[in-house]
Amino acid sequence: MSLKIYVPRDSAALALGADKVAKAIAGEAAKRGSEITIVRNGSRGMTWLEPMVEVETPAGRVAYGPVKPADVASLFEADFINGNSHSLWLGDPEAIPFFARQQRLTFARCGLTDPLSLEDYEAHGGLSGLRKALELAPIEIVKQVTESGLRGRGGAGFPTGIKWQTVHDAKATNKYIVCNADEGDSGTFADRMIMEGDPFVLIEGMAIAGIATGATKGYIYIRSEYPEAIKIMREAVAIAQRAGLLGWNVLGSPNMFDMEVRVGAGAYVCGEETALLNSLEGKRGVVRAKPPLPAIEGLFGKPTVINNVISLASVPIILDKGAAFYKDFGIGRSRGTMPLQIAGNVKHAGLFEAAFGMTLGEIVNEIGGGTATGRPVKAVQVGGPLGAYFPESLFDTPFDYEAFAAKGGLIGHAGIVVFDDTADMLNQARFAMEFCAIESCGKCTPCRIGSTRGVETIDKIRAGIEPEKNLALVTDLCNTMKFGSLCALGGFTPYPVMSAITHFPEDFAPVPMREAAE
Amino acid sequence: MAMQAGTEAHQRMLDVVEAMKHQDGALLPILHGIQDEFGYVPAESVPVIADALNLSRADVHGVITFYHDYRSAPAGRHVLKICRAEACQAMGGEAMAERAEDLLGIKFHQTAADNSVTLEPTYCLGLCACAPAAQLDGQLIGRLDEERLREIVSEVRL
Ligand SMILES: Cc1cc2nc3c(=O)[nH]c(=O)nc-3n(C[C@H](O)[C@H](O)[C@H](O)COP(=O)(O)O)c2cc1C
Ligand code: SF4
Ligand code: FES
Repeated sequence: MSLKIYVPRDSAALALGADKVAKAIAGEAAKRGSEITIVRNGSRGMTWLEPMVEVETPAGRVAYGPVKPADVASLFEADFINGNSHSLWLGDPEAIPFFARQQRLTFARCGLTDPLSLEDYEAHGGLSGLRKALELAPIEIVKQVTESGLRGRGGAGFPTGIKWQTVHDAKATNKYIVCNADEGDSGTFADRMIMEGDPFVLIEGMAIAGIATGATKGYIYIRSEYPEAIKIMREAVAIAQRAGLLGWNVLGSPNMFDMEVRVGAGAYVCGEETALLNSLEGKRGVVRAKPPLPAIEGLFGKPTVINNVISLASVPIILDKGAAFYKDFGIGRSRGTMPLQIAGNVKHAGLFEAAFGMTLGEIVNEIGGGTATGRPVKAVQVGGPLGAYFPESLFDTPFDYEAFAAKGGLIGHAGIVVFDDTADMLNQARFAMEFCAIESCGKCTPCRIGSTRGVETIDKIRAGIEPEKNLALVTDLCNTMKFGSLCALGGFTPYPVMSAITHFPEDFAPVPMREAAE
Repeated sequence: MAMQAGTEAHQRMLDVVEAMKHQDGALLPILHGIQDEFGYVPAESVPVIADALNLSRADVHGVITFYHDYRSAPAGRHVLKICRAEACQAMGGEAMAERAEDLLGIKFHQTAADNSVTLEPTYCLGLCACAPAAQLDGQLIGRLDEERLREIVSEVRL
């Protein structure tokens, strides 16, 4: 057997040159007559070390990074294929402190295995959740998910088991499982990473959801901005179909479940579940009024489970290890683990899966290592473009749905975007309004018109035109949007805007004062 | 592009529609298919799609205009997308966006006079841990800087 060298095919690794590195390694190996096999794995999530190359030695995996094509010759020179020392040597990737501190449940295999090898997947614990589910009555599967305490990872935090129960109980000829892979929130990439790094775990989770609720067809709706994830998921689905993991008899059981990948068309609002269903039906992605709930009348009017990628990808381990195992992680009503996505101006940016409960300060300063620029942290936006900006004075907030809500914020899909002291919070508030105006589905006036008015009014504050009056106007607008919007796009845009105003009032002061302060 | 009935282009359009119309919720896959084939969604395709799916032309048109991805005219030979969302802003993405406009001599949503490149904003490529991010045609770019931007500009002008 030839020696295995892992070079990630994760989008972030590719964006940092992984394909060129893989090519250089293949070329150099051929030149030297070394027998190697290059495996294109997912990412371990330590993005600042990408492209991170790993070699499989008798003593375990040894990592090197960040590797540039120009480093490859010297890596061979240093005999890296036997794990020897080099200036880019990182040792055992799982012993790197950023990795060692994590509790990897959902992401257990991401970066470890070949994403498109079903054998590799099974060899590392894959399919045991589904096999156990097949031995249970559907209602018992639902019970396990409910008891695990799993809440929707897409943002709203609704208990997954309760949603499944409603679909399980609904009587209908057809039911659907829809996976929300629209991941539009800036600062988030967990869905992308799991789809690129361990696609079978999502397929397994969806199959379990289907068997539990009586749904026979699944759709994965992936945003068009994720070409690699689309490619890998499509290949994985085809492999699963050929292997009998999907189809008429899931793993040889009497249960039928199949799925296909559908691609979005560049509309943030299509991440909202009812807009997503409209989009899947071939319509404009406008938000539907609820009720009816999608669980009762969803896709094509049929009972539908719609869940985020991470919610579904967390199901296999719950079924495999049991509800109690999963529930044991976390605090309060936030059970299990969450893949934190640490991004923006931060030294150690990447994906960090951990039990709920770490404080924001620990995440940003200890795990993230502070800013990339080395300047002081000014603000951290948590939960995407609809999430609040937190100042350092709120760094003691534990990562927990309720704790963040209590501080006027939300954890959303757990994107954590760090800004240094050069950030201008008036600009950030303006952008929040602008983004809402660009992406509004147009159904509600406060969202469609209010956001455009918001941009204009913030521009007036910037220009020093009646700043106090206009600041009061923005606050009013935010109230109107908050209470007069059908969905969270219009309804939550006030979070980033008002948090910027509340925590960073100096950035909204009239221009002469702003200049005097600098 | 000439798209009248009987032309080769028109036939290709019919083929795309025919191949995809039988699935549930076929409209978005068809529009993606048409855009993959022609680089945009030609106005001539609207009645064909409407016919195939038993929809009104207004319905099809409404869907096309709702989504940011669908183009009503061809883009330049290259498409450069620069992320303008928060994580990229935090890493100097806005300065890069402005530099791109300067170096290319066009604004966002515009195509260069020589048709070499179209510059577009995007809101998150999922590369927020290696910001600022961009995409040149199919190629993803992390930690975009002045040097890389200059390379891109000379690349697209070739
Ligand atoms: C404007 C808007 C955008 C959203 N975008 C996403 C998204 O990209 N991905 C996602 O999973 N949920 C998104 N949601 C939340 C969904 O509406 C829904 O709550 C979720 O898909 C349910 O799955 P879960 O319970 O597993 O989280 C969005 C909501 C709103 C209002
Ligand atoms: S709040 Fe905005 S995006 Fe949401 S339904 Fe209303 S108009 Fe559409
Ligand atoms: S915010 Fe720019 S890639 Fe995510």
